[in-house]
Amino acid sequence: MNKARHNPLNMIAMHGALILYTLIALFPIFVILINSFKSRRAIFREPLALPNADSFSMIGYETVMKQGDFFLYFQNSMIVTVASLFFVLLFGAMAAYALSEYQFKGNLVMGLYLALGIMIPIRIGTVAILEMMVATGLVNTLWALILVYTAQGLPLAVFILSEFMRQVSDDLKNAGRIDGLSEYTIFFRLVLPLVRPAMATVAVFNMIPIWNDLWFPLILAPAEETKTLTLGSQVFIGQFVTDWNAVLSALSMAILPVLILYVIFSRQLIRGITSGAVK
Amino acid sequence: MTALTLKNVNKSFGNVHVLKDITLEVEEGEFVVFVGPSGCGKSTLLRVIAGLEDASSGDINIGGQQVNLVPPSKRGIAMVFQSYALYPHLSVRGNMTLALKQEKQPKSVIEERVANASRMLNLEPYLDRYPSELSGGQRQRVAIGRAIVREPKLFLFDEPLSNLDAALRMNTRIEIANLHRALDASMIYVTHDQTEAMTLADKIVVLRDGRVEQIGSPMELYNNPANQFVAGFLGSPSMNFLPEALLQESGQNTIGIRPEDLFLSDDGPLAARVSHVEKLGGDTNVIAKVQDHDVTARLFGQHAIAEGQELRFGYASEKAYRFDEAGQRLT
Repeated sequence: MNKARHNPLNMIAMHGALILYTLIALFPIFVILINSFKSRRAIFREPLALPNADSFSMIGYETVMKQGDFFLYFQNSMIVTVASLFFVLLFGAMAAYALSEYQFKGNLVMGLYLALGIMIPIRIGTVAILEMMVATGLVNTLWALILVYTAQGLPLAVFILSEFMRQVSDDLKNAGRIDGLSEYTIFFRLVLPLVRPAMATVAVFNMIPIWNDLWFPLILAPAEETKTLTLGSQVFIGQFVTDWNAVLSALSMAILPVLILYVIFSRQLIRGITSGAVK
Repeated sequence: MTALTLKNVNKSFGNVHVLKDITLEVEEGEFVVFVGPSGCGKSTLLRVIAGLEDASSGDINIGGQQVNLVPPSKRGIAMVFQSYALYPHLSVRGNMTLALKQEKQPKSVIEERVANASRMLNLEPYLDRYPSELSGGQRQRVAIGRAIVREPKLFLFDEPLSNLDAALRMNTRIEIANLHRALDASMIYVTHDQTEAMTLADKIVVLRDGRVEQIGSPMELYNNPANQFVAGFLGSPSMNFLPEALLQESGQNTIGIRPEDLFLSDDGPLAARVSHVEKLGGDTNVIAKVQDHDVTARLFGQHAIAEGQELRFGYASEKAYRFDEAGQRLT
């Protein structure tokens, strides 16, 4: 074992640094949470104080519940995020498998073409995307968002996953072929479970930008019934008056689902890492 | 009936010609070993037989049926891989039954075959474990068990012992030989280790650069090698090759003498200076320099020989092999 790891001074310094970083990272969330439970006046008088009997107020949450159909926004965000992640992972993994496993003409060029999207921000094409959505009649549907986010996530997914799939043992795939498994079974039953840590990484990378995105919901699906949570919260932010209670309450509630998704994926990440180490 | 017939099999990857005109037969129940240095194409040949690679040209017959276009699972073969290639998400039982389930065998047949195979390989206590919970030797046995339950016409082994440590390798080698006797099945075994080839094979196929150098029983190849390559590849320590001039004979040919055919002799023709001695107890290997050629002599028993000592070796002329400049055997 490394000697430095047992030196108590080093341990304190290391943990100190980590704890400090954790505090810095969690502080804004903490401020949002405590202030969402305070009255408007208390928020501005003492932004860092904990809510007490005087300043405690649920007004923010009440406004959020009354204003618009908040659960619908919630549901929309959830559907868009989960569906996009599903398609990104499914198609990304399939493309990555084809690129890494099969030799065909233009394999390398195809790989580069698919990776090109990493370097070009999808928002540059917003006008064209909008025109396309209008032409296909997809404006103001959740499908418009799902398709765009899938396209946005695919390049990185293909890039990361194909690298991981190259490392899956050829012998294992060949053993499957000799045992009479179809190429699809080999892909879904043998290869996918082995690249699960990489899949979790891709999922986490893609999830947060999709959940937080304001741009595409605003442009492609601003209708009441397709609003996402981020877009829905914007009604409380006005040019002259902002309902801070409501904004903070909405944000507090918006954190929860991503947190849950993140916990699910990160457990996969850790499980993947340890199962590899034990082998 | 022949278990496998290859006729003029060629394989190229792009411009690289990997297998050149391979023609050979494997009889029913025969244990055939493909042996050769790394990169000689032996594994590729095995993969062509298995159907994991397509032959560029030539005929492949398994059990009298042409299989060039038959997918691997329908060829009646089973393969054991160097890295075991066990399915990590299935238990030992699951690993062994997967192929049978794919073939839609009835449950009773599956259970019986798994019971037989696990008894044969002493795997009964481990049937419900996962590959990650097994040791290397146990994993190897599961891989072999997975092949046995399919009752194939032909077993293919791709360097199955190279991931095991030396002691386990010897045990597993004996187990595989016993298995061959018990199953009486045709087996093809690929290795680069000439000891494995000599000890296991009914018939050895020596490959070099994608070409068959010689086919024959181990002793045939040992006693009667067709060329310098086969002579040098089989036998351990390997044969000494010396120019005729060095042995006070006229000519440009090369003389090959096995290390065990050299003996100490005060008036022998080879004057040598000892550069290294390996004392193995039963044998003593003497590595010595004759002018600038290395010579290895294997002396029976224990000898008090030290580095730097001057020795003379003799050999019986009838036990020497002669090769021409192209490496072909003369006498």
